[in-house]
Amino acid sequence: MRREKPQKLLDYAPIVFPAAMLIVFFVIPFATMIAVSFFQREQAGFYTPAFQFANYERFLSLFFANVLGFSLMLAIAVAICCVLLALPFTYLLARMSRKAQIVWLVALLSVLSLSEVIIGFAWSTLLSRTAGITNLLVAAGIMTEAKALLPSFGAVLTGMVYQAFPYTVLVLYPAIVRLDPTLTEAARTLGASPLKAFFTVVVPALRNTITATLIMVFIFALGSYLLPQLLGRPQHWTLSVLITDQAIYQSNMPFAAAMAVFLVLVTLGLVALTVIAGRKGEAA
Amino acid sequence: MSGLALSNVTKEFGSFTAVNNIDITVPHGTFVCLLGPSGCGKTTLLRMIAGLDLPTSGAIRLDGDDITRVPTHKRNLGMVFQSLALFPHLTVGENIAYPLRIRGVAKEEQKKRVDELLAMIHLSGYADRPVSKLSGGQRQRVAIARALSISPKLFLLDEPLSALDAKLREAMQVELRQLQQKLGITTIVVTHDQREAMTMADTVVVMNKGEIRQAASPIEIYRRPADTFVADFIGSTNLLEAEATGGAVSVLGQPVSGISLGSATKATLSVRPEDVHLTAPGNGALSGTVTFVRDLGGTIETFVDVAGRQIVAVSTPRARPDVTVGQPVGITLLPDVCVVLSK
Repeated sequence: MRREKPQKLLDYAPIVFPAAMLIVFFVIPFATMIAVSFFQREQAGFYTPAFQFANYERFLSLFFANVLGFSLMLAIAVAICCVLLALPFTYLLARMSRKAQIVWLVALLSVLSLSEVIIGFAWSTLLSRTAGITNLLVAAGIMTEAKALLPSFGAVLTGMVYQAFPYTVLVLYPAIVRLDPTLTEAARTLGASPLKAFFTVVVPALRNTITATLIMVFIFALGSYLLPQLLGRPQHWTLSVLITDQAIYQSNMPFAAAMAVFLVLVTLGLVALTVIAGRKGEAA
Repeated sequence: MSGLALSNVTKEFGSFTAVNNIDITVPHGTFVCLLGPSGCGKTTLLRMIAGLDLPTSGAIRLDGDDITRVPTHKRNLGMVFQSLALFPHLTVGENIAYPLRIRGVAKEEQKKRVDELLAMIHLSGYADRPVSKLSGGQRQRVAIARALSISPKLFLLDEPLSALDAKLREAMQVELRQLQQKLGITTIVVTHDQREAMTMADTVVVMNKGEIRQAASPIEIYRRPADTFVADFIGSTNLLEAEATGGAVSVLGQPVSGISLGSATKATLSVRPEDVHLTAPGNGALSGTVTFVRDLGGTIETFVDVAGRQIVAVSTPRARPDVTVGQPVGITLLPDVCVVLSK
């Protein structure tokens, strides 16, 4: 649809409210953070306005490079696990009766209402030696002795996938529901088994949605700072954990701000790369 | 026996019987149209032949083998859906090659077959276009080519032309029939359009409420409908109540001669509008009054009121009846064009 361009100043009125909200709650805080990232830290715990690159310089070390690398790797792993699990799940969900779909969606939404703290403690109990799921395996005779499954990388990954899974399903759901069900039926009449039809028709037809979902879950997982601490060892701590640590416990706002800005830039860069790669794939 | 045979096929959805105890045999190489109003069970019947729905009871045989429980993808058939269901992420050529790719046919072989099929549907050189860039008629042809790419035993089409505009639809009907005759493939088309069925089919199967009302050649169905539903659904017709009392037959309360209702005392006469002839008042079997004349150029429809019932007569411009609205006329009923329907 083509619209007339706004002619008078008054024509911009409808966007005043959203623009104001964006400025107050996003642009100003973000600009403040960028400004603070150049400030001078005071030992007393606060900072004075300045313009120096010391905070960024400190960041350029092997230690922080490793943490950044691990954070990105973890977020990518979470995104891939979530999409791999949620894609078949949502596809089957979309084919259920209306009633069953509502029950499942309500259950997923209730998981969303749980705070990260509760999810973290629930999983640390579930994966513990004394009260964890290994006790069930022992009772079933599969394992000889109960053991602790945390702290470990697997525990961090499990907790974060659990947390991001409902988001993934909710993002995939509309696109999958809209997918013409006769596409799969057509594939079957043309000789594809249901599984083959899923991989040769459903997945490729949803390629753009899948890319968008991967990016969304990736960004969501990048911000997680509690679960790595509750379920992992210090080497599983993400950049978000370090930012929180600097900002709250070390009271080093300028350094925390610098790391946050850097994380945002790296994230934007990766997302841009993904989008460009996706466009190239489309053109080919 | 070679061909498709359905015996006692029934499909129930809960307490609703969509298809009730249907028997059809489709000899190899014939073109069958399943025709009926929406909700008559024709699409369900086609989906059971395709294996997309399982019959509640009954058996489906293809060339003598029972395929009732064979999964769709092992039936080696080609199907065109109402929505066409072209794969949006594939090009025209990739769409047509899909059944070959799934079956692991070699790349060069695929390409050869795709070129062949594109030539057949007059779209040579379109292989690399995305399907979204095609017109409605071209998409239709691609869907047909894709369904035919493995040379299937059975070619099924579910309301294939309903998305096209009237002119294109008529042209595609002819094209589809010519294609089917050239390939000699057993074809079943579901449609609610009786013109489509008349144009294409060897056998028209008229269905209503999950049951077959008549299965015969198009002209037989038109000339000798089995009941009032078929007579009314195929083309337009005048349905006139007739009564026999002691050997004398009356139509719409007016005595007529030369028409026999057989052993029935009450029946309905079906007379096609082109078989209704107008004459001078008092000369014909029935008399009535002209209420409206619709002159369409190619044909002229005259509406005549007979005892409160409207009878339509169609004539060509050469045989234009010299009548005006309000004029009393007579109607001739020739016994050999009146079909006596017992219900």
